Amino acid sequence: MIGIIDYQMGNLRSVQKAFEHVGAGASILSSASEAAGVDKLVLPGVGAFADGMEHLRRGGWVDAISRFIASGRPFLGICLGLQLLFEGSEEGAPSPDALVEGLGVFRGKVVRFDHDTKPGCPLKVPHMGWNAITWQRDDPLLRGLAQGDAVYFVHGYYARPIDSQNQSVVSATADYGHPFCATAWRDNIWATQFHPEKSQKVGLKILANFAAM
Amino acid sequence: MLTHRIIPCLDVKAGRVVKGVHFVGLQDAGDPVETARRYERAGADELVFLDITASHEDRDIMLSVVRQVAEQCFMPFTVGGGIRTIDDVTRLIQAGAEKVSINTAAVLNPDIITQTANRFGRCATVVNIDPKRVTRDNKTIFEIHTHGGRKPTGLQAVQWAKEVVDRGAGEIIVTSMDADGTQAGYDLEITAAVAAAVGVPVVASGGCGSPEHIRQVLTQTRADAALAASIFHYDQYTIEQTKQYLRQHGVPVRFAA
Repeated sequence: MIGIIDYQMGNLRSVQKAFEHVGAGASILSSASEAAGVDKLVLPGVGAFADGMEHLRRGGWVDAISRFIASGRPFLGICLGLQLLFEGSEEGAPSPDALVEGLGVFRGKVVRFDHDTKPGCPLKVPHMGWNAITWQRDDPLLRGLAQGDAVYFVHGYYARPIDSQNQSVVSATADYGHPFCATAWRDNIWATQFHPEKSQKVGLKILANFAAM
Repeated sequence: MLTHRIIPCLDVKAGRVVKGVHFVGLQDAGDPVETARRYERAGADELVFLDITASHEDRDIMLSVVRQVAEQCFMPFTVGGGIRTIDDVTRLIQAGAEKVSINTAAVLNPDIITQTANRFGRCATVVNIDPKRVTRDNKTIFEIHTHGGRKPTGLQAVQWAKEVVDRGAGEIIVTSMDADGTQAGYDLEITAAVAAAVGVPVVASGGCGSPEHIRQVLTQTRADAALAASIFHYDQYTIEQTKQYLRQHGVPVRFAA
């Protein structure tokens, strides 16, 4: 059974229905104590980074996620769920040096696309719509996809990971003014900046891959 | 590279798609869920549902439509029409709408934009603006209208667009009241002016009659996406044909895998 974390950050039914569509059972977990009983855990979410962390803390999810990941079972973060895995975010931060603290599972920080602050730059913020992803290595989450398949993004901030021991967590990039982290993967932890549950066939394939881990 | 989005718009009244969708082979052309699934298979990048009903009972029917679409379609969609309060927004998002599009309420009560952005993020906050050419002091200006173009507001389109972004809008749909329903092409002038003035994505709307009109608005303005109704609903052009045409003319579009 796949557990989907309900931390009051948007609608989770589309994620649940997408898993069901690919034949995987998924239930929405309203209590952190339920995490111990599932085989796989998903952290979805839309909205602001600081609100997301606040709700995770209040619900006791920070420890629950940490224990779940340490157990070696597959974990997937989606959109805000990817960003929360990093050390901190500029979103809602009082200054660029004082980041809003994240889960710190991955090293690096979350920063804003600044295209709209550059005069004459035609790129808009948020980055919204279908964009191609390019794998950087063989990630089992992306098996069966073609190089350049398009997925649906909607976000104003993106993760800028820091390599650990020359190992990058980035497994695929997308390009929006510059390449950025579209998917991250290390050991049993996967994350997508885009919404697989909104990415039609390509997205459903990704969710099926996760369900089969 | 980010592709331009092609977005069919469905008018829904009392839970039924109106302005008839005339797809060949569609069992029930009035069923919003079946229509949405058909568009998903056809390669639409996103859908917009516009609730044009008036009564409260019908609003509950709309919520059930949104719930069903969210459960059966794995693509983004926006719901607009009749949103008055942050509670209306909350119900639609909880039912599964990816984004909500606020129109008249944004003019009457601009705080609703900020409330929506604070609660659900900028990315979920769309404002629909309806400009119309009017003459004031012997000058032609684009004035925002509400109530389907009947009620002038005194607001100028470009200034209003900037204000809604400052208040939290993450996307703007520009529906030209002059072009809407004509199938004579988008209003390139006002779309260009708004799209150049704001840093958020802009969706061109109103007047689409052919793939060439979409090409014009996506290449001659900074619009990011094009919304269309009749040309797709009546099978004048398929989404696939439209995208083939755009690709031949150098416009980046997505082809479904």
